[in-house]
Amino acid sequence: MSAIAPATWRDSFSVSLTVGAYGIAFGAAGVAAGFSVFQSCLLSLLTFSGASQFAIVGVIGAGGSALSGITTASLLGIRNGLYGLRMAPLLHVKGLRRVVAAQITIDESTGVALSQEERGEAAMRQGFWLTGFGVYIFWNIFTLVGALGAQAMGDPAAWGLDAAVPAAFLGLVWPRLKKNSDRILAASAALLSLALTPILPAGIPIISTAILAVIFGLRQR
Amino acid sequence: MSVMWWGVIGTSVIAFALKFTGHSIPARWLSHPKVQAINLQIPIALLSALVAVQTFTSKSKLELDHRALGLGVAIVALLFRAPFPVVVISAAVTSAAVVHFL
Repeated sequence: MSAIAPATWRDSFSVSLTVGAYGIAFGAAGVAAGFSVFQSCLLSLLTFSGASQFAIVGVIGAGGSALSGITTASLLGIRNGLYGLRMAPLLHVKGLRRVVAAQITIDESTGVALSQEERGEAAMRQGFWLTGFGVYIFWNIFTLVGALGAQAMGDPAAWGLDAAVPAAFLGLVWPRLKKNSDRILAASAALLSLALTPILPAGIPIISTAILAVIFGLRQR
Repeated sequence: MSVMWWGVIGTSVIAFALKFTGHSIPARWLSHPKVQAINLQIPIALLSALVAVQTFTSKSKLELDHRALGLGVAIVALLFRAPFPVVVISAAVTSAAVVHFL
């Protein structure tokens, strides 16, 4: 393994720490939704994909079934599979190393790896591993902190802190709204889910918006 | 087993299966531009729906309450390019203030 460029270290570490800190919001959201501290931590250790984790606790916390929660979370996890597709030829790992690489294949590890392209393939690999492990460590530590904090407070909804969860989702979607069509899709999905809420079981109105994603995706050139 | 446990186990198993599949299948299978395009839209649709449902509904009913104001502050924070933790905390503090002081 060649020496790691200071810039690669810096990119990986800063992303790991800032993203890992979101773990506080997730730990708190998990406990607020009725998950135990242990279950919230397990989600961060095993699922390890922020949007999917927020989705499962959000849907179940709002009274949705396990199936609709798992479906929403899994639809959000598909992109990790596509990241894996992009990272596999770069990493070419087998066996246990492939298992570990798969587990840390997320937005951030893939993003930092791709951002190192000018520095060569070795730097891309280093960026992937450093960021993947870094986010994993910080995300799990901060999940525990957030979950214990929320448990100590009791019910965050009773304190009126429950706007934190939709704000977290908004913070996750905001950077993805780059084009006008993205913003139209976001607004349509929000309206469709609200329109369906009174008539369908909790969780289904959210999954239904995947249809809009397919329509908008097919219309792109 | 409780709904929460099913959720934790189901989500974790499928999340890993998706990641591992990506690392294990030939790249050309999913490289179709339409697949990539749809994949970029899915998080936008689902996350936006989650924002709406978590802000404006409660138990299958539409509701306008302190959460809406919290979300408004989050939007302002994002417009000013505030980092994620600031966005979440400002929304939470706003909605708590509405509940306690209005």
